[in-house]
Amino acid sequence: MENKIVQPVITAESLTKKFGHFTATDAITFQVKKGEIFGFLGANGAGKTTAIRMLCGLLMPTSGNASVAGFDVFTQTEEIKKNIGYMSQKFSLYEDLTVKENIRFYGGIYGLSNSGLKEKTEILLSKLKLKNEARHLVKSLPLGWKQKLAFSVALIHEPAIVFLDEPTGGVDPITRRQFWEMIYEAAYCGTTVFVTTHYMDEAEYCDRVSIMVSGKIAVMGTPDALKKGFSVKTMNEVFLKLAR
Amino acid sequence: MFAFIHFVKKETYHIFRDKRTLLILFGMPVVMIILFGYAIRNDIGRSDLAVVDEAHDAYSAKLIAEINASAYFDVVKVLPNEASIDNSFRKEEEKIVLIIPPHFGQHLFQPQTGKAQVRIVADASDPNLATSLTNYATAIINTFQGHISTISQPPLAIIQDVRMLYNPEMKSVYEFVPGLMALILMLVSAMMTAITITREKETGTMEVLLASPLPPALIILGKITPYILLSFINALLILGFGNFLFHVPVHGSLILLLAESVLFILTALSLGILISTVAVNQQTAMMISLGGLLMPTVVLSGFIFPLSSMPVALQWLANFIPAKWFIIILRDIMLKGNGWGYVWKETMVLLIMTLFFILLSIKRFKIRLS
Amino acid sequence: MRTILFILQKEFLQIFRSKGMLPIIIALPIIQLILLAYAANYEIKNITVDMVDQDHSEWSRRLTHQIFASGYFRLNAVKENIGSAMEDVRSDQADLIVVIPPHFERNLIGNNNEKIQVLINAINGMKAGIASGYIQSILQNFNGNIRMERLHQPAIYPPSPPGIDVTNVYWYNPHLDYKQFMVPGILVVLVTMIGIFLSGINIVREKEIGTMEQLNVTPIKKIHFIIGKLLPFWIIAMAELAFGLIFSWWVFHLSFAGSVGLIFFFAGIYLLVMLGLGLLISSRTETQQQALFITWFFFVVFLLLSGLFTPIESMPLWAQRITLFDPVAWFIKVIRMVLIKGSGWNDIKPYFLIILVFAVVVNISAALAYRKRG
Repeated sequence: MENKIVQPVITAESLTKKFGHFTATDAITFQVKKGEIFGFLGANGAGKTTAIRMLCGLLMPTSGNASVAGFDVFTQTEEIKKNIGYMSQKFSLYEDLTVKENIRFYGGIYGLSNSGLKEKTEILLSKLKLKNEARHLVKSLPLGWKQKLAFSVALIHEPAIVFLDEPTGGVDPITRRQFWEMIYEAAYCGTTVFVTTHYMDEAEYCDRVSIMVSGKIAVMGTPDALKKGFSVKTMNEVFLKLAR
Repeated sequence: MFAFIHFVKKETYHIFRDKRTLLILFGMPVVMIILFGYAIRNDIGRSDLAVVDEAHDAYSAKLIAEINASAYFDVVKVLPNEASIDNSFRKEEEKIVLIIPPHFGQHLFQPQTGKAQVRIVADASDPNLATSLTNYATAIINTFQGHISTISQPPLAIIQDVRMLYNPEMKSVYEFVPGLMALILMLVSAMMTAITITREKETGTMEVLLASPLPPALIILGKITPYILLSFINALLILGFGNFLFHVPVHGSLILLLAESVLFILTALSLGILISTVAVNQQTAMMISLGGLLMPTVVLSGFIFPLSSMPVALQWLANFIPAKWFIIILRDIMLKGNGWGYVWKETMVLLIMTLFFILLSIKRFKIRLS
Repeated sequence: MRTILFILQKEFLQIFRSKGMLPIIIALPIIQLILLAYAANYEIKNITVDMVDQDHSEWSRRLTHQIFASGYFRLNAVKENIGSAMEDVRSDQADLIVVIPPHFERNLIGNNNEKIQVLINAINGMKAGIASGYIQSILQNFNGNIRMERLHQPAIYPPSPPGIDVTNVYWYNPHLDYKQFMVPGILVVLVTMIGIFLSGINIVREKEIGTMEQLNVTPIKKIHFIIGKLLPFWIIAMAELAFGLIFSWWVFHLSFAGSVGLIFFFAGIYLLVMLGLGLLISSRTETQQQALFITWFFFVVFLLLSGLFTPIESMPLWAQRITLFDPVAWFIKVIRMVLIKGSGWNDIKPYFLIILVFAVVVNISAALAYRKRG
């Protein structure tokens, strides 16, 4: 409970996005603290991706307030981008570049120095056990490896917050396990993790979760508190109850 | 059959939903026919002309006035001397200069004092333009000579009776409309089918379709049927515009013309299918279509550049371009009013090409499946 | 600045690794250059003629001989009547029919004039015009010859006042070599294609595969991104121009009357227009197919109005006004002026300013159209 005294790194107040008459996210309000793993759950089309895109500065909110790493999402998006990492549902590395070239490119545009780049590349490759594949094209890697690499690349500039939009879609259980170990490690090092998923077992790994239903945040709290509140044993059951 | 009709409907919806592509499909032919009808012409209108008048007499003034009054030239400038022509040409201010040397009028009527001369200097960067302008100027000077001459009817005169057949006003749009038909039909039919089928392959929906109870041949047929219709509408559009706006006639049988168009559309579609069996992704399909279909159709079909002026190797190569044969057929039927008897050979060539492309596609398709 | 270098490195790696790209950059230009240079030839050669000689006289035979001695015409067949000659025109075996009427020689002497009919297939108006020019001058010549022989009068008529001696010279391209005129224009087309097509498709491709979104969450500056994306194609297009010029000098003996540096300078600015246009199109489209069709549309219109195939002077006034907004037309004009005529900086300065204005306008609109945030 020592997290409570720490300043929140993400705050959203009545954050809303409308597309024409359709309200994709409807006045959502929440806070995420430093070093927290915040699970952002919801069915397909509940508005998770819209929310995450607003926080990352990819989408202009319609109304409300939000700040990320202390910067305003309406006016200071470029400042935000220096402090966050992002990994989307769509695979975000260049398949026609090698592992090393991808690391170098993304590190480069985040402004890493040459020596920093070299060092980071070495660390990353040994951590991911990709030393032998460093010169292989990314498209030749299996999906699980690609996702792990994408996550590491999203963290290359040591951002304060990392946004993960369904990072484990289509990945086998063992790789998912390894993936979550990487998330824990990042959180341990002080990185705040904001993750969307629809695997409810993954929700159990989060410090706190929120569940979105048709654009609104239906419930929010620690997984244990939510399960207690609904008197069920698993997050899956919480989710099913809400969906009904 | 019912399933097939549904399939065709689905394909048609796909096409009509993409507004931007649709706009290009129908807007392109219209813009092109307007450009070709009004703007893209070989016939030369009024051109600017400069004079260097070193004679400064009544007859040089009269000649200049006559040139300015002609349908071909505007005398825009008087240059001081021959040396200043280069500078003027280099600024592209005019492309032809007339030099009238001193004593022009005097020499004209007192031949013993010297020969009356006129020199024409043309900027031959564009050889054809230069030749044409020089010819026009020469003709005007000859007429001028006739005007100042005293005898009207020369003896032993051969009267030239020159008639222009099929295109009496020598409008270039007559020549371009058939080529334009070939180009547009090729663009719509071949390129669009190649890209659509390749897209289905790329996105994986082709496999789903092939797994359906419809036989593969029917699936391909279903995919191309909407394009046959689209192409046919385009053909009518071009014919209609050509006829209403530019009075390009159809002297021969309209039915034969439309039947030949359908044949050419089939040739183009079969080429499109062939490309789609070769291409791995949309980008490749586009590039093969652009480089392998459109360029030859524009350059080697006799559409813009006359085949008879090309080196023999290119003329020989042109025989393998379907558009060449289609353009001959169209010019025959539309402009000359020729019937089946004149076009059956070209039709056979197109037919054989189409069958060849289809057989080749089937063969390639089978290789891929096995 | 360093960011741009990283983007450049990435772009070049991707371009040179792509199997589809290399043939487009290397093979296509060579094929196009050779094909177009030889095919784009309006020179009228091999006009085929059917002679209908119904007179069979001394003079009719001499006229026939004179027509074919000129070198402009090739005899297809000698026919007895117009009808069967018309068949040859219908089936494209003959372009032109010369009809010498019965008793031509007798009537010419008896009536002091006689008609000769020339029928020309005018579907290709230009060819017809030139053919008619040739045949008329041959007939005039023939007329002069027989007049001189028979009446001992001067060949050029009328005799008084004596004929004006018209001479003409062709400057800059005295042999009327069509390639000298076409090849510089084709080079412009090549450079334009690289500029507009490749740059346009490139950015939309990143949208399609999803990496665009990833780039948009990085703090990458808009201007760095645009420069990093467009500079590779600017470099490739300039290299292509250099290669094309060398190739044309070597194969077609292209004349280099003016300064090559001036051409590269102009091309550098011109390419900014084309690249900006590609960028504008790709920010407004969602798929490569859409981008390609729209680009293709602009390209065709630009090309047709550029004066490459048909002289701008032949266009109606309204179309000539539209060409003022066609960057391709300006570059073709300038490259021809410089290479063929040796025009210098002072001659092309106004055109340079125009193209500079285009570059500024297009790139500002492109930069405004490209947004990192939706």
